[in-house]
Amino acid sequence: MSELMSDRQIDRSKMQVSDEVAIEINGMNKWYGSFHVLRDINLTVNQGERIVIAGPSGSGKSTLIRCLNALEEHQQGKIVVDGTELSNDLKNIDKIRSEVGMVFQHFNLFPHLTILENCTLAPIWVRKTPKKEAEERAMHFLEKVKIPEQAHKYPGMLSGGQQQRVAIARSLCMMPRIMLFDEPTSALDPEMIKEVLDTMIELAEEGMTMLCVTHEMGFARQVANRVIFMDAGQIVEQNEPEEFFNNPKSDRTKLFLSQILGH
Amino acid sequence: MSDQKTNSIAFVADGTIPPSPPPAGETGPVKWLRENLFSNAVNSALTIAALLVIYVILSKTLPWLLNGVWTTNSLAECREVLQGKTGACFSVLTERWNQLLYGFKYPGDQYWRPNLALVLLLVAIAPVLFFDLPRKLLAFTAIYPFLAFWLIWGGTILAPIVALLGFAAGAFVFQTYGKSSFAIGFFGAIVAAFAVWLIGGALIPDGASDNAMLQAVPSRDLGGFMLNLMLGVTCVSLSLPLGIALALGRQSDMPLIKWICVVFIEFVRGVPLITLLFVASVMLAYFFPPESTVDLFLRVVIMITMFSAAYIAEVIRGGLAALPKGQYEAADSLGLDYPQAMRLIILPQALKISIPGIVNVAVGLFKDTTLVSVISMFDLVGMIRGPILASTEWNGVYWELLGFAALLFFVVCYGISQYSQWLERRLATDHR
Ligand SMILES: Nc1ncnc2c1ncn2[C@@H]1O[C@H](COP(=O)(O)OP(=O)(O)OP(=O)(O)O)[C@@H](O)[C@H]1O
Ligand SMILES: [Mg+2]
Repeated sequence: MSELMSDRQIDRSKMQVSDEVAIEINGMNKWYGSFHVLRDINLTVNQGERIVIAGPSGSGKSTLIRCLNALEEHQQGKIVVDGTELSNDLKNIDKIRSEVGMVFQHFNLFPHLTILENCTLAPIWVRKTPKKEAEERAMHFLEKVKIPEQAHKYPGMLSGGQQQRVAIARSLCMMPRIMLFDEPTSALDPEMIKEVLDTMIELAEEGMTMLCVTHEMGFARQVANRVIFMDAGQIVEQNEPEEFFNNPKSDRTKLFLSQILGH
Repeated sequence: MSDQKTNSIAFVADGTIPPSPPPAGETGPVKWLRENLFSNAVNSALTIAALLVIYVILSKTLPWLLNGVWTTNSLAECREVLQGKTGACFSVLTERWNQLLYGFKYPGDQYWRPNLALVLLLVAIAPVLFFDLPRKLLAFTAIYPFLAFWLIWGGTILAPIVALLGFAAGAFVFQTYGKSSFAIGFFGAIVAAFAVWLIGGALIPDGASDNAMLQAVPSRDLGGFMLNLMLGVTCVSLSLPLGIALALGRQSDMPLIKWICVVFIEFVRGVPLITLLFVASVMLAYFFPPESTVDLFLRVVIMITMFSAAYIAEVIRGGLAALPKGQYEAADSLGLDYPQAMRLIILPQALKISIPGIVNVAVGLFKDTTLVSVISMFDLVGMIRGPILASTEWNGVYWELLGFAALLFFVVCYGISQYSQWLERRLATDHR
């Protein structure tokens, strides 16, 4: 898997981490009923960081990033996204959601709308962008993900990789400051994984703040500036990719790496 | 492969055999018959049996239909004309045509009013059914109910205008305040509408209907197939939004709303429609202030609407449940609020899935409007069972009358069913 993108030279000129804090999580805990999914999570993400979250299945990775845009609510602790605290106030939640883009494992495009309509819907209704402007912006992002010619088709007519790129374009049309990815390539065939990862790399090269849950360790090595390892609802270890892969500190991480890298 | 032509090989043909026609009996109708009707013994036997059944049915009904008498004035005269031969007495249809369509009390010189209302209904309903038509036509759809009310019931034009103003006031309040808080907008709209209705209603002078442009026709004078159509159209168009609201309410996070919807749906579904109609005819009056004699038509509309709304709510709930959770999450993650997510993402898909079920309920509802005949309203069936069959002239003409009623209902219901199939094809965008 780590070979997947060896042909790609990454332009790091714009990948700069600023001092500005994008996300701050403080002592966050979450339960599903009596099941303690997330335990005492503390994490600060600066603007421009590219973070990969890894960990075994069921360790709470999805739950963690879904808490960041309130798709799941946390019971304890404090989450501040882009200066706004996530509370029960619906206004705050809607504000954060419009600043934070999310890409799902199963794309979740709207099947009854064309690709273009998928991309313009939220800008028109949430941001009140005029229709024409929204369409121009949508075409711009569809060109960026290299499928402008599909704009008038319906999602059901596209391949998985194309659908996922549309999903990325759809999020970008809201001009988010932060992008969350939950295993964006896990539902794809190997030959489509690359096209989606390339899109994500381009996004990183432009300086987008990104949090990705992914098993693509090649992507982590090349793009991430920090890898977070989770197990049993806790952040076990976090480090720069080089250190993380070459000198894992905890035994749990070593075991996980040996399994996933398949050496 | 490519040099086969040059080296002649013994087993390779060097010329093409000219095409020969297939043997006779293998083309055209004979072939079709053999393949589809007589492919084997069982199939052939079934075909012959079916042909026999068709023959028997036609041999009985065709003479009856073709010998039909259309121009007499009573069943006795029909019998005289037929002189013992089989033949239908369709004269009852021609002689009682107006009664069958409009009931026996609607003033005869005013039939143009319901006719015009029906024609305008087609105009009003077109942009709703065929959404490729220009959206501007919906403006007419919005005023149609008030126009139709005025045409059919006549009386003072002030009444529908006050009703329209009430809705307009409600819509205005909702538009202005609904954005900041849905609840304030919603309840404010209801209060505003009622305020306009009460004040406007009090302002209409007492004798306003006496010399009105259109002669006032009370509800009890409505009848015939017109009454069925009116009940059907009104109740379907009211129960669809109510059903959607109930289905969404049943999914609500707010326990109070959720339980109100659940109790309503379960109660109404668990009761036969006919009991609801009896309640409408005798008991519902108690719920309204004593001096306001709430119209029987309105009471029946309320009951049928509640009944079919409960069914539609359950159909739509099925559609909502069939949507993957990811659709809700995608809508949420883009920052759409609840009303937007419902209107733009969830309901269009859920309703599409629910079309066959909704149409089922709508067709059933339309036919169930004939039940009002048991609470002595003279709809098509009520007219047939009551004034027509009870008259001395036409006592005993069952087949012709009920066949005619069946035909009218069939035409409308088949139309609805064809429309729904067209709609499903038109909306099929997910090529999975
Ligand atoms: N809605 C829910 N109700 C109860 N338990 C849940 C719910 N969603 C997830 N869980 C549990 O929470 C734990 C963490 O789930 P989560 O989806 O965050 O794991 P994950 O790290 O994303 O795993 P994967 O790699 O398989 O996607 C799992 O044990 C899961 O069974
Ligand atoms: Mg997951």
